[in-house]
Amino acid sequence: MRSMALVWVCLAGVLAGCEREERPSRETPPGASPFPAVQTTELQAGPKTPDPSVGAYQENRFTVGQGQTFYEQYNCAGCHSAGGGGGMGPPLNDDEWIYGSDPENVFATIVEGRPNGMPAFRGRIDQGQIWQLVSYVRTLSGLTPPDTWPARADHMQEARPVTDAAPQRQLP
Amino acid sequence: MSTRLRPHACAAAVLLAGCERQFSATHPVGPQAERISDMIWFLTWLGTAVFVVVVGFLFYALWRGKQREESAAGPEAERRMAWWVGGSVAATTAILLVLLVYNFYTGRALAAFADSSAMTIRVTGHQWWWSVEYQDPLYSRRVSTANEIHIPVGRKVRLEVQSRDVIHSFWAPNLHGKIDLIPGYGGTTYFSADEPGVYSGRCAEFCGLQHAKMNFLVIAEPPDRFAAWYEAQLRSAPPPADSVQQKGQQVFLSKQCAMCHTIRGTPANSRIGPDLTHLASRRTLASGAIPNTRGHLAGWVLDPQRIKPGTRMPPNQLAGDELQALLDYLESLK
Repeated sequence: MRSMALVWVCLAGVLAGCEREERPSRETPPGASPFPAVQTTELQAGPKTPDPSVGAYQENRFTVGQGQTFYEQYNCAGCHSAGGGGGMGPPLNDDEWIYGSDPENVFATIVEGRPNGMPAFRGRIDQGQIWQLVSYVRTLSGLTPPDTWPARADHMQEARPVTDAAPQRQLP
Repeated sequence: MSTRLRPHACAAAVLLAGCERQFSATHPVGPQAERISDMIWFLTWLGTAVFVVVVGFLFYALWRGKQREESAAGPEAERRMAWWVGGSVAATTAILLVLLVYNFYTGRALAAFADSSAMTIRVTGHQWWWSVEYQDPLYSRRVSTANEIHIPVGRKVRLEVQSRDVIHSFWAPNLHGKIDLIPGYGGTTYFSADEPGVYSGRCAEFCGLQHAKMNFLVIAEPPDRFAAWYEAQLRSAPPPADSVQQKGQQVFLSKQCAMCHTIRGTPANSRIGPDLTHLASRRTLASGAIPNTRGHLAGWVLDPQRIKPGTRMPPNQLAGDELQALLDYLESLK
């Protein structure tokens, strides 16, 4: 009887491995959604329609990792520094968000640009990649659950690892 | 074909694929690969001989057991048995020792290919493609390409490898043994090709989703043809020849393309994806996944995830005329 219970416990453990994070490689075939997901005005007919991309990309460890890679490759680090400490641009790892800290706000910042130097990346970066960048940027100030924070940088770094500077603020 | 024959046909196709000599360690075309191939054959024949001898003894024992039912016990039989067991252990040890010594000398011979006058090529592994840079003391004479390595026949090549993301392994079995690309840890090996030809290679270390589609070509050419190719690669991309290509260039520079790719001679100067300066001169696209034709190129630009699920290249939304102009321009990049 005892051994039977043990077998069941082991089986449950093995089955737990079946639960994996979703990692779609091709969520939107090209042409399925037109690019502009950002509205330049608050005025619109009817209630606000939420963007389905927000949920799919946020709080997903894989997209955070991808976002971290793009953060470096697209040279976001050039202005905001590796780890989001800020430099030429404002820091991203504190709790002060000039233009809002919701995923939609950060997305709009990247797509539209902001005054005083933030360029608009509309049409330059793929929409999915922008959502991935958003998910990474939000981990920098601990706005997502800890299990989505990146564990390590992708590349060998001469400087301090990017993730050392990661979340300075815990979730309330 | 009847359904019953189909599995056999499939199996035959898989077996026959092994006869393709473009990717085969048993058809060496360079001194280094020859050493490795010799060792493969030596191991194979030695292993076969050991197998035959052991199976021979097995059958002999079966046959003898049938002849004499009564067990032969006693000090005489004990001693004979001890001799047989001792002899087998000694033979096994001797064979392993021979292999050890042979392996050691092969390794030494491979290391002896090092040559400071060799042509240096730096290969960097990315998820999931190869960037290739020809090193030259003169910076302006450095050439970079992707997924396609041209080498002159008979000249030693010094291969420097490194990785940008995860561990990859660079392997063109006709030319050399595997060499691992470990992030932050450079590796070096030497090889040369004795006869001209197109040899394929692939990543030999599981490196993620697209590992199986991370191939490359090594094209060994006579020295004069190689020199001509090298001179052509040194040049910047040709300027657009007509208004359609002009428009294509504008599409390239104003859309997502320019964020990742370089076309020398234009403002596009990013190093995330392959250098496209001489894209049209390459035989394959997407790291050997598809041949370089207009149709494949169009499919690749629009929806890369369909051809290589998981690839880092994002889909691109282009209007029909934009796409055609872009293709015209990309095809002009000889």
